[in-house]
Amino acid sequence: MNAEIRPIRTPAEQALAASIEAARNTLPGAAGVKKLREAAAEAFIRSGLPHRRVEEWKYTDLRALVREAPPLAAPPDKNAFEQAKKLDPLPRLDARRLTLVNGAFVPELSDIASLEKGLTIVPLSRALAENNRFAQKIGELHPDTYDAALSLNTAFLNDGVLIEIADGAKLLRPIHIVNLHAGGTPSSTYARSLVVAGKNSEAVIVESFAGPEGVAYQRNSAIELQVGDKASFDFIRLQAEGAAALHLSTLLAKIGNDAKFALYPVTQGAAVSRFSVTLRFAGKGADARFAGATLLRGRQHADTTMMIHHMMPNGTSRELMKSALDNESRGIFQGRINVHPGAQKTDARMATHALMLSDKAESVNKPELEIFADDVQCGHGATSGAIDEALLFYFLARGIPRKEAEALLIHSFVAEPLEMIAHEGAREAMLARAEDWLKARS
Amino acid sequence: MPAVQETVERVKSIDVDQYKYGFVTEIESEKAPRGLDEDTVRFISAKKNEPAWMLEWRLEAFRRWKTLQEPTWARVHYPKINYQDLYYYAAPKKKEGPTSLDEVDPEILKTYEKLGIPLREQEMLAGVQKSNVAVDAVFDSVSVVTTFKEELRKAGVIFCSISEAIREHPELVRQYLGSVVPITDNFFATLNSAVFSDGSFVYVPKGVRCPMELSTYFRINEQNTGQFERTLIIADEGAYVSYLEGCTAPMRDENQLHAAVVELVALKDAEIKYSTIQNWYPGDKEGKGGIYNFVTKRGDCRGARAKISWTQVETGSAITWKYPSCILRGDNSRGEFYSIAISNGHQQVDSGTKMIHLGKNTTSRIISKGIAAGVSNNTYRGLVSANRRATGARNFTNCDSLLIGDKCGAHTVPYIEAKNSSAVFEHEATTSKISEDMLFYCMQRGLSQEDAVALVVNGSVKDVLQHLPMEFAVEAQKLIAISLEGSVG
Repeated sequence: MNAEIRPIRTPAEQALAASIEAARNTLPGAAGVKKLREAAAEAFIRSGLPHRRVEEWKYTDLRALVREAPPLAAPPDKNAFEQAKKLDPLPRLDARRLTLVNGAFVPELSDIASLEKGLTIVPLSRALAENNRFAQKIGELHPDTYDAALSLNTAFLNDGVLIEIADGAKLLRPIHIVNLHAGGTPSSTYARSLVVAGKNSEAVIVESFAGPEGVAYQRNSAIELQVGDKASFDFIRLQAEGAAALHLSTLLAKIGNDAKFALYPVTQGAAVSRFSVTLRFAGKGADARFAGATLLRGRQHADTTMMIHHMMPNGTSRELMKSALDNESRGIFQGRINVHPGAQKTDARMATHALMLSDKAESVNKPELEIFADDVQCGHGATSGAIDEALLFYFLARGIPRKEAEALLIHSFVAEPLEMIAHEGAREAMLARAEDWLKARS
Repeated sequence: MPAVQETVERVKSIDVDQYKYGFVTEIESEKAPRGLDEDTVRFISAKKNEPAWMLEWRLEAFRRWKTLQEPTWARVHYPKINYQDLYYYAAPKKKEGPTSLDEVDPEILKTYEKLGIPLREQEMLAGVQKSNVAVDAVFDSVSVVTTFKEELRKAGVIFCSISEAIREHPELVRQYLGSVVPITDNFFATLNSAVFSDGSFVYVPKGVRCPMELSTYFRINEQNTGQFERTLIIADEGAYVSYLEGCTAPMRDENQLHAAVVELVALKDAEIKYSTIQNWYPGDKEGKGGIYNFVTKRGDCRGARAKISWTQVETGSAITWKYPSCILRGDNSRGEFYSIAISNGHQQVDSGTKMIHLGKNTTSRIISKGIAAGVSNNTYRGLVSANRRATGARNFTNCDSLLIGDKCGAHTVPYIEAKNSSAVFEHEATTSKISEDMLFYCMQRGLSQEDAVALVVNGSVKDVLQHLPMEFAVEAQKLIAISLEGSVG
């Protein structure tokens, strides 16, 4: 990354800096959290929003894409709860709901009664006020390098939800973290969550994002996942923000010895969105799967950036990314498999496919391998193209109309990663979302 | 794996320290004063008897260069280069204009003999191995001799040093020089534009198939010099030319800079095949010395159905920073890139290609084989892009990396950008060590471990080797054996 000096700030950067300044002394927390926030604020004020010369953000130039920074959202009131309630993007999913409105944890809309044995749920604001052991875990997975989205999130660290699953605990129901936005005027929200899954634990967590159409709100969300030895952990994510929103989110995960971790991100909302994943293999013999789908139309811009660090031997990872891009949308996938020295016997495969449904759609794929160990099997494949005419012809020859034939082909294309979701309810819910997207295709 | 005595001996004889082209030719030379300012540029231009427009062009590049910063995005690490501590021009002292080979300094001829490059036409023709390759030999900053000129002239092909072309064919040079790699292109290309001293120039007229392979042999000899050569190849409508390039340098303790620019222009229906065997001195076992090879190579398919093909075997240099690219402007034009990059010892390679699809129905193919051994790092970095108007663009990319030893690194950084739906891009990459299964299969059938490894490696790079002209393919195969066998065992 070029460390260049840019004294000129964009209006958005100035507004963000002012916002950080104003929030500085009002946010809760003990010395440790305060220090973390200060460092992040300083880093942001020093480096600002990323632009295309910053390699990791090459295709999502926030300096150009973020014209203004709306004020921080006020704490949500009853009215906001009512509004937000209607926005749940997965209403039929049978799960324990934890609701965040405008970045604030809302007990009234959350199902925190009769928790299963071994399950602890604490709002971040309370953990910060009490400075309990959770609060001290925040930021443990932060990378050394500067990332504007994560730094901003940290600078405004205030509320979110903390979940602990004790050693050996097996959750019977999935947990659904619902991030909603309420309010008719543009505002910014920040949320930070943390999940600690103990040894031999089992859990399915669904995280979703939604908000009103036509309001240019900005959401910055981050979640840290610490998955213990031999744990089995599935994380399903649905980004279904309102069409005018800006969505920046960061997922940091660390997985232990022989852990099984699966991540299924589905992106279909927001005007501009970026989802950044950093996954670290901290233990031997762990197994990770990433299977995602991005469905875009109009002038949507979505960036999925994934970094997988194989740091220990005998790890396995499989990544599959599918993007269906309609109209003038822009889909970006940057994936990097990094095999560190000593991570022998790593077996990593990454595949990324873009299906372009319109002449004006744009796809960018950057699948990278960075390998420092010799006894490994690593590979990646990337393709992009339109619907195969030969396949279409097959349907047409059998009397199926073009529209329907296209829908079937698109469905089979995007359903592949979603069908890998092991939890039946979550799988059905995500497939239904994809189906709705297809139906809305004009 | 336990190495047999024979292998150990063989490996010793071909270790990185045993770079066989590492000798120095004792010859009197003439240098520009150390350092770089406008006077250096004027000095070089005057030495070459260049016309005023050329000097202006160089000075413009130099002024531009002063405003640029050295790029840092590549995965290569080296101490900061002091550009004021180099000699930008070194030429063997010579009598006024040698017209025949007899006037060329016998020391230089001996050098090329040692390198196995034939410069005497009669010998080449009378030789047992009838080779039919025209050679332009560039020694430090100047071209010393170009062979087979007469025969080429009969076909209408112009093959000479670029300084001669500037004097003799100014209209062609003026039209094409800098039209593919403009003087504003990048730090190293801009530096080259200001101080380039020699290189080759080829013009193949309309409808002519160049009757023989053309070749340039680059040799750095002087100490503390940078070599900045410039090559310009133009294939007019319907023409065909195959061009080969080879490079070596003496073994020295300090690092030497080589910043070349190659421009190819293929007009309608023309085809240019450009092959490189790059074997600059890679430095010693501890990574001391070696050439910094910062090269800008780009081809422009200007007309419909034009074709440009790059084939490279990269075994030398301490650092390689090189991305031979194709701009596919003409409809139905085609770009190809075949590469074998081998790094051993402390070498660092950051190489790849760019295929920029602009015309309709353009196709490109990239086959890149990287082999990393020792403590080296080998990166493939490539871009495939299709413009909104480049309907029907197609690309196939295959990058395979082989790792030998656990201290080296192999990296793949592809950028795939499609801006229209009819572009079909496919990309695949793998990284692995030599498969135990394959070795076992070969050994079970009676091959020794060494032979099995050689077989597997040769098999994995075969796709690229077969695109080299015959004479080069043999040399390349030997080079690969040399570069690799030092690391197996």
